[in-house]
Amino acid sequence: MHIVVCAKQIPDPETPPSAFRIDAASNKVVPAQGIAPVLSQFDGIAAEAALRIKEANAGSKVTVISLGADSAAAAIKQVLAMGADEGVLLNDPAFEDGDSYTTAKTLAAAIKKLGDVDAVFCGRQAADWDMGQVGLLIGEEMGWPVAIIAKGVTSGGAGLQIQRVMEDGFETVETALPAVVTVSNEFGEPRYPKLPQIMAAAKKTVTQWKAGDLGLDASEVGAAGSRLKLEKLSTPPKGGAVELMPGDTPEEQAAALVAKLRADKIL
Amino acid sequence: MARNILVVGELAGGQPTSTTLELLGGAAGLAGGGNVSVTLLGTGATAAAAACAGASTAYASDDAAYDTFRGEQWLAAIGTALDQATPDVILIAQSTAGREIGPRLAHRRGTAVAMDCVSIADEGGAIKATRPAYGGNAVATYSFATSPAVATVRAKSFEPGSGAGPTSTVALPGAGESRVTVTGREQVVAAGLQLQDAPVVVSGGRGMGSADGFQVIEALADAIGKDKTAVGASRAAVDLGWYPPSQQVGLTGKVVTPNLYFAVAISGASQHMAGCSGSKVLVAINRDADANIFSFAKYGIVGDYKTVVPAIIAELKK
Repeated sequence: MHIVVCAKQIPDPETPPSAFRIDAASNKVVPAQGIAPVLSQFDGIAAEAALRIKEANAGSKVTVISLGADSAAAAIKQVLAMGADEGVLLNDPAFEDGDSYTTAKTLAAAIKKLGDVDAVFCGRQAADWDMGQVGLLIGEEMGWPVAIIAKGVTSGGAGLQIQRVMEDGFETVETALPAVVTVSNEFGEPRYPKLPQIMAAAKKTVTQWKAGDLGLDASEVGAAGSRLKLEKLSTPPKGGAVELMPGDTPEEQAAALVAKLRADKIL
Repeated sequence: MARNILVVGELAGGQPTSTTLELLGGAAGLAGGGNVSVTLLGTGATAAAAACAGASTAYASDDAAYDTFRGEQWLAAIGTALDQATPDVILIAQSTAGREIGPRLAHRRGTAVAMDCVSIADEGGAIKATRPAYGGNAVATYSFATSPAVATVRAKSFEPGSGAGPTSTVALPGAGESRVTVTGREQVVAAGLQLQDAPVVVSGGRGMGSADGFQVIEALADAIGKDKTAVGASRAAVDLGWYPPSQQVGLTGKVVTPNLYFAVAISGASQHMAGCSGSKVLVAINRDADANIFSFAKYGIVGDYKTVVPAIIAELKK
């Protein structure tokens, strides 16, 4: 089985709010000093899910694809170090400032170019914009079924068996291949590559494709092809200062709190 | 400006969900005299249409096959309604179904969706969708280059609609084929009041230290009143297996907007705050005086929950 993992490099979501800045003129997040961008956490988990299926099915292959600038090669190398076989970076100035639609369209064009793909695994959402669209839109671009927010994926029988997280429990679904699956944090932690694997991944060549390599025109990708236009990005207003409950003992503090809540008619 | 608006409704126990009614309220405000319509799929849909205050037309199918959500079946039915309602705006709940319907529907209609919006507004005749991004560190406002504008919307973003229900109901076809088959379903829901409906939510985080710690949280919920309090948990606590995923509050869990939210031993990571920052009053209890949660809280107690929470319970019982 040939599985494609879509991986995105994002600003570290653990960046402290005090270091989070937006450039109002460009509507962009200013990279925090000294905090390196990371592989979006959910994409690492999607890679883990794909690698477990590869290990259970001899002769399988995992290809990691990322849409991003030169720096995104680091995200690809990380998934290669985890055990993926090949990496492709979709790197073209024309791809910049796209929306979920142009991202999915570009990734789908690369999946079509690879040709022999049986399944696409994505994180449930990128941990920067949190839209949760790209996996579903790749499914629509390819004409493939999609199962989202998986906490478990196994292969067997006619295709994939997927355990999904629902609002009120879990659901098990089955789909034939090819198919798209998005993976959630309930799946579990991704593996940590060991030093020899990191060294081996560093030596691997990452294929680079531009819009022309994918048969895409610059007018249909990136900002030019986007359907959703970001008008404004800003930081939300902060709440007022916290009122700490006075008292030397938990009992005194608890009494102060309950009195406050009762005075506010909240309790 | 008059606009046609279609709300993708959802049913729970044969009634429109509270978010469906809120979306209809929001639709009425945006329609400006245009038609508001609603789709309802599953057992009791036709009867439930009467409860859809603010909609003039309901598109419904009572086919029980829709009760178990399968994206392709819902997309086909909603597509039939879209052909007739010709909406300028489509509103969908940010729910299990909505997370899947939003992007796929938008793609099939040659347009775009803004996910997990907290506000949809008319600005100078154009629809603008506002949503949190970067785990709540940023707020992003979008416009649409294509039509219809599609948005999935967080619970409690609009007031429910008022007035009469639909004057006409159009029958939608029964469920068709699905390439994804549902082979099993396991309900995991805490007994009693549901998180999104509770006026008071008491949540525990990683600082609880163990699953046993949640007994103290549940005792606090009982002391406040079982009839108005639900128990939640941060993603860290859920990932550690201390509390069921159905009770997770946060970006990848449930978004709650109670009158009172207790964050107990929760650090206040942006991913958690995305799920509770709409609470009217937030109380933080944490050993670490520098914890991020205190920058969001109205009231705070710096201390060990193991002594503070029992003291609050004792005080409530006085």
